[in-house]
Amino acid sequence: MVTVEFLGPIGKEPVTLKADSLKEVARQLQQDPDIAKWLPQCAVAVNDTLVKDPDTPLKEGDRVSLLPPVCGG
Amino acid sequence: MLLIYDGPVEVPSLLAQWYDAERERNYGAMVTFVGTIRDEGGIEALSFDIYRPVLERWFEGWQKKLAEQNALLAMAHSRGDVPVHQSSFACAIFSPKRRVALEMLDAFVEDFKANAPIWKYDVIDGRRLYAADRSTPMEGSGLLSAKE
Repeated sequence: MVTVEFLGPIGKEPVTLKADSLKEVARQLQQDPDIAKWLPQCAVAVNDTLVKDPDTPLKEGDRVSLLPPVCGG
Repeated sequence: MLLIYDGPVEVPSLLAQWYDAERERNYGAMVTFVGTIRDEGGIEALSFDIYRPVLERWFEGWQKKLAEQNALLAMAHSRGDVPVHQSSFACAIFSPKRRVALEMLDAFVEDFKANAPIWKYDVIDGRRLYAADRSTPMEGSGLLSAKE
């Protein structure tokens, strides 16, 4: 299982999913309209490292974070 | 040096502290930027969420980039509410000569706006409203939106 956490304004509690790649996480998150609407604008970190490859493999216990649009300062 | 304040950044003491710490180390230039909350749009305050682990990695990348030019970086940001006319962000770059510090401060603040994992909310009538229209998707966003 992997944990998916939703940062900042997304305002959702973390969920655990059975997934061995980010593509599989994407497939499952796209089923939830409340989350799907954020996906085009979210960056993704795995275990706190930003990733850019949807084929990134995941292993048991990994933590996936969704980072919506930012505005510091 | 990366500092997170709960509430407003204490700018006068912080800048004095940065100045005192670095001027003895033979840096010829210290360039600062301070962001202060403006009274506009009926807001009482701005409020901020920070995701510290990714912020620290982003900041370390900038420290490394500046070190290659013998420059040093310091930054402070608020978490939670910052009332109008108080400050939520301060940064400083120290370099042997002015040109590096002036140019890198501009590049640093632009990248900060685009890629530091910080979320801003307007506080109006005690309610916290995400500043969606002023926010920017981080580099690489949309990774999970592609359909098979």
